Amino acid sequence: MASAAGEVRLIGAWPSPFVLRPRVALNLKGVEYEFLQEKFGEKSELLLRSNPVYKKIPVLLHHDKPVCESMIIVEYVDEVWATTGQAILPADPYERALHRFWAVYVDDKWFPSMFGIAKAETEEAKAESAEQAWAGLKLLEEAFEKLSKGKTFFGGDTIGYVDIALGAYLGWAKVIEQMTGLKLLDEEKTPLLAVWAERFCAHEAVKEVMPETEKLMEFAKMRLGK
Amino acid sequence: MAPPSADLKLLGSWASSYTHRVQLALKLKGLAFEYAEEDLAEKSPSLLLHNPIYKKVPVLLHRGRPVLESVIILHYLDETWPDVPLMPGDPYDRALARFWCHIVDDKLGPAVGAVFASPSEGQAAAVEQVHENLRLVERELRDGAFAGRRFFGGDKIGVLDVVLGCGSYWLAVFEEVMEVKLVDPEAFPLFHSWLRDFEEQEEVKAIIPAIDRLLEYARGVRQMMLGLSSQQQ
Repeated sequence: MASAAGEVRLIGAWPSPFVLRPRVALNLKGVEYEFLQEKFGEKSELLLRSNPVYKKIPVLLHHDKPVCESMIIVEYVDEVWATTGQAILPADPYERALHRFWAVYVDDKWFPSMFGIAKAETEEAKAESAEQAWAGLKLLEEAFEKLSKGKTFFGGDTIGYVDIALGAYLGWAKVIEQMTGLKLLDEEKTPLLAVWAERFCAHEAVKEVMPETEKLMEFAKMRLGK
Repeated sequence: MAPPSADLKLLGSWASSYTHRVQLALKLKGLAFEYAEEDLAEKSPSLLLHNPIYKKVPVLLHRGRPVLESVIILHYLDETWPDVPLMPGDPYDRALARFWCHIVDDKLGPAVGAVFASPSEGQAAAVEQVHENLRLVERELRDGAFAGRRFFGGDKIGVLDVVLGCGSYWLAVFEEVMEVKLVDPEAFPLFHSWLRDFEEQEEVKAIIPAIDRLLEYARGVRQMMLGLSSQQQ
């Protein structure tokens, strides 16, 4: 369902996994939106005005009213466009609670371990972070088994809330894999997630907005000044 | 007449504001539940079974199935028992409520905790951090999203009142234990009057532990923390 021009705008930046999340949600719902790319190293007036508390992307502007925090935006999109596209959160309250729990887990526990690999200064630190990341993925593999019920995504036949939360990090996961030679999504360790990752990245709603690994690598090198 | 059994059990801790959030929500919704006090120094097999990743309270068991994380539990309660709703109806208002609940746990809570944990040298900076966060809330109450409201939820308590309110009583406790001024009614008049109105609610009075118990508890924890840090020197 298209929306009137200017009605839906998203302030973001292409490399950000957090920005990817609302983009996938909007794509799943077929909502047209204007993407306002922030300039690197410089926060726009609009961003500062729209998110004065955190001054961070993404910010969704719906009829000029700001919604902040990636997964809050995803849920907002799910509710506003509830009658179009597919449901992102399941209908059952208990399933919803599980999706919310795992999304929080991804951000609070799993992402730091993945990021820890990139930041690690010694081989030891790197190995330790990798162990933590794999352990986390094992838990997510179990969660996938439980939530997907044999289907393609955490959300079942269609991309759901946890798919978006975790899937958003896949671009950066590939960069870390390339930079370190470590396989994060290992078919042997987490076979279901390895397949899921491919399917997620190949999905209509994702493939146009998931940044290419080479571009992210270039961006990472630029940011790290290496 | 007692409310019908909803097969609810709550694993919690008497001094945990996260537990209080759930207890308050259950009370507001008129839901009967069994309560089990956890000894956080010696966690029960039940807690470890149902929350293996975080091993924390609160854990809500509904028909034996665990729901974890206080804010997630509040959403679950609201969705399963929609009478006496905690969340607003409009999607934008819901997004705002969620956002501010996030700010409470991401910014305000840790800032208050930092005051409590700070050695005397770091205290001024930690207190300023709390004031900065309170200013954010005060501004929203004054001319932002919640302007003109008695509670964040409107005329009645809503999810943000529950989340922010269950925890705000620590401000008074820490003020006394740490001898600092955290909520000056002149600097934060709207926050102050909101908190007072919140604490006057019958359901809230029934949930929040007596201030003496909280003070004793806080003093004990503070002593222990100072004892630990002096050992590290």
